[in-house]
Amino acid sequence: MFETLADRFDAIFRRLRSRGRLSEADVDEVAREIRLALLEADVNVRVVKAFVNRLKARATGAEVAESLSPAQQVIKIVHEELTATLGGSAGTLHPAKRPPAVIVLIGLQGTGKTTAAAKLARHLEHHGRPAFLVAADLQRPAAVDQLQVLGERAGVPVWTGGPDPVTVATAGVREAERLGRHVVIIDTAGRLQVDADLMGELGRVIDAVDPSDVLLTVDAMIGQDAVRVATEFAEQVPLTGVVLTKLDGDARGGAALSVKEVTGLPILFAGIGEKLDDFEPFYPDRLASRILGMGDVLTLIEKAEAAFDADQAKAAEEKLRSGRFTLEDFLDQMRQMKKMGPLQSIVGMLPGVPKELRDAELDEGELGRVEAIICSMTPAERRDPSLINGSRRHRIARGSGTSTQQVNSLLKQFKVVQQMMRTMSKPGKGKRRGRVPVPGIPGMPGMPGMPGR
Amino acid sequence: MSSATATLVLVIIFAFAALLLALPSVMSRRERRRRAAETPDADLQTDAPTAPTEPEAPPPEDATEAPAAVLTERLGRSRAPFRGLRDRWRARRLDDDAWDDLEETLLLADVGVPTTGRLLDSLRSDARRAGIGDADQLPPLLAARIADELGEGTDRSLHHDAGHPNVWLLVGVNGVGKTTTAAKLAQRELDAGHRVLLVAADTFRAAAAEQLAHWGGTVGVDVTRGQPGGDPASVVFDAMQSAQARGIDTVIVDTAGRLHTKVNLMEELKKIRRIVERFPDTLGEVLLVLDASTGQNGLTQASQFTEAVGVTGVVLTKLDGTAKGGIVLAVEAELGVPVKLIGIGEHATDLVTFDPRDFAAALIG
Repeated sequence: MFETLADRFDAIFRRLRSRGRLSEADVDEVAREIRLALLEADVNVRVVKAFVNRLKARATGAEVAESLSPAQQVIKIVHEELTATLGGSAGTLHPAKRPPAVIVLIGLQGTGKTTAAAKLARHLEHHGRPAFLVAADLQRPAAVDQLQVLGERAGVPVWTGGPDPVTVATAGVREAERLGRHVVIIDTAGRLQVDADLMGELGRVIDAVDPSDVLLTVDAMIGQDAVRVATEFAEQVPLTGVVLTKLDGDARGGAALSVKEVTGLPILFAGIGEKLDDFEPFYPDRLASRILGMGDVLTLIEKAEAAFDADQAKAAEEKLRSGRFTLEDFLDQMRQMKKMGPLQSIVGMLPGVPKELRDAELDEGELGRVEAIICSMTPAERRDPSLINGSRRHRIARGSGTSTQQVNSLLKQFKVVQQMMRTMSKPGKGKRRGRVPVPGIPGMPGMPGMPGR
Repeated sequence: MSSATATLVLVIIFAFAALLLALPSVMSRRERRRRAAETPDADLQTDAPTAPTEPEAPPPEDATEAPAAVLTERLGRSRAPFRGLRDRWRARRLDDDAWDDLEETLLLADVGVPTTGRLLDSLRSDARRAGIGDADQLPPLLAARIADELGEGTDRSLHHDAGHPNVWLLVGVNGVGKTTTAAKLAQRELDAGHRVLLVAADTFRAAAAEQLAHWGGTVGVDVTRGQPGGDPASVVFDAMQSAQARGIDTVIVDTAGRLHTKVNLMEELKKIRRIVERFPDTLGEVLLVLDASTGQNGLTQASQFTEAVGVTGVVLTKLDGTAKGGIVLAVEAELGVPVKLIGIGEHATDLVTFDPRDFAAALIG
């Protein structure tokens, strides 16, 4: 997600870095490029204008002129401004005046309210807050069925039934109270913010259940209309935040930037995939880093600390530095890394990853294949792959259910990897690289974007 | 902190390593998958019961074709910014500010930077040639330009032959209104006196088939559906066989919403297309459903879906909201895929043929 914006900034900054001193014309050019990049990312025209003006004012000021590396300073300013626009620190749900806390999900048709409701319920359950779903979308055919199925999958009870949304919602909240659930999530029908009848009905639902949060779901693919939609919803109902959905596509997500900037509503959660667990709190500052191509290092550290055993990591690191890193060690580390989640998302968080690698479609099953091949080697072979001759190769291939070509290519790749590790783990050297050198990866012709059209 | 840094360095390195190791096999696997996909499937015989619905369904509220006046009325909200523009421009000179204003208005309509630039450039030379000095003379020129950009002579009819089933495949990302559009199309075809079959090939989203079945009941059309989580291509195969046997004229296939970035799901869509192609000459249209509120990502969607399954037309939905659907200008201009239909309301009859002149006029007023 957000790759394209990150790529554009990347190009702009690379050009900037090659300059020593920045003239006013340079700043103008950067501002123009950034304006274009933001507009192409669907950031609201007015937000872009304000952003560019602030940027220009700061970039021509003393803090840049007096800086030793003006280009670096400009990058820092862009980062700061973008972070501020995205919403500074993370927002949270409001505590309930009295339990259960009631959350109402609202939005345009097709933004993903029902899915977000189930995902949010599951997320809260995982954080020790028993949730309860209420199906108050009586408009769209089969919306109630959909929530019921999703609720079952999420392991969260669903309240259905009732002649109108107000009745369903109030009865649902009462039931949740009786069951002692902590949070009630009410899924409402999609509606246009200019539809007076449905907006009136929504107002009545909200009045009836007195929610602690009213969240607007916003599709990451929405364009300039996002700001208007959010503003007009906020004028009619007491909105407290935004859930950004479908962030796993390649939409540039300018909506995220704009809605926060214009309405002041924090983006609380983001939907990032088709599965019920693909839902996470939204961290604006981290996302700003990701947009700027600086990687999402904080999240990465958090995930790494949860998955890796500190002593083991230290031992592996020492081996790495000494250059005695074997396939066996690799297998260990790979298994640990699996605990951190999908490889693709980890790669997305890394700083300075070349676009081609970030965009490559990865299949977790492939890691399993690698694992199978390594497991089919004897301990001696794992320690010293040069032992592997033709007949051993054949045995390994048969043992792992792969072909000798696949075994070969794994061995070849591992050599490249070893080389790379040696370069990367040299102290001091790894610091300054803007991009990790990927020494001529064999067999990467044009990348597997779209096979067989 | 230093241990955290060490861990981090490790993770980075391993992520790269794993990436490098996994890549070549990904490619070989892809190759295999492609080959496998090209050989006919043996497992097509899954059960896909046809759910008959009673034909005496309630009649549609207003079966009349929505005339241009209705469209203008419905699009009224999207015209608001343009109208504001005209008000602001009364008795104003055509200076740089005016051009900036115009640019902002087009960008706000999701027309996009390149198309806006092109429109304004040609508008500038038009204005110069016509010697226009007052800003409020510009809107008619802009309307003409937009209609021009959209190609007034373009064929926007839906391909339909007599004597055999015509398949219209609906594709698009999640939540754009494919299922509703399928129902509206069924209503149109029914009104045209055709025998229609709706196919619920969305076996992924919970209750998607129920949603279509409900619509089938409302408009009075049979709905073929499969098992939840089943192979959508097999549902389509069964539907095609039954359509041929029953002398159906129009087969409308509702597919699952999928982001164009998901390779597996796009492969699944290609397979559905291949299945339809096994019944020669039946594939009439592959319609991309686009939400009017979609931003610049709409262009990527259109190009990816076109590359995968050869989109023949666009259905622009939810034009009854405040979104302006300006992205279709770019889609038509850059990809040459014509907008064929627009959705302007919640009723089964709220789907009308796209008319560039009306669209441009309604947009600018």
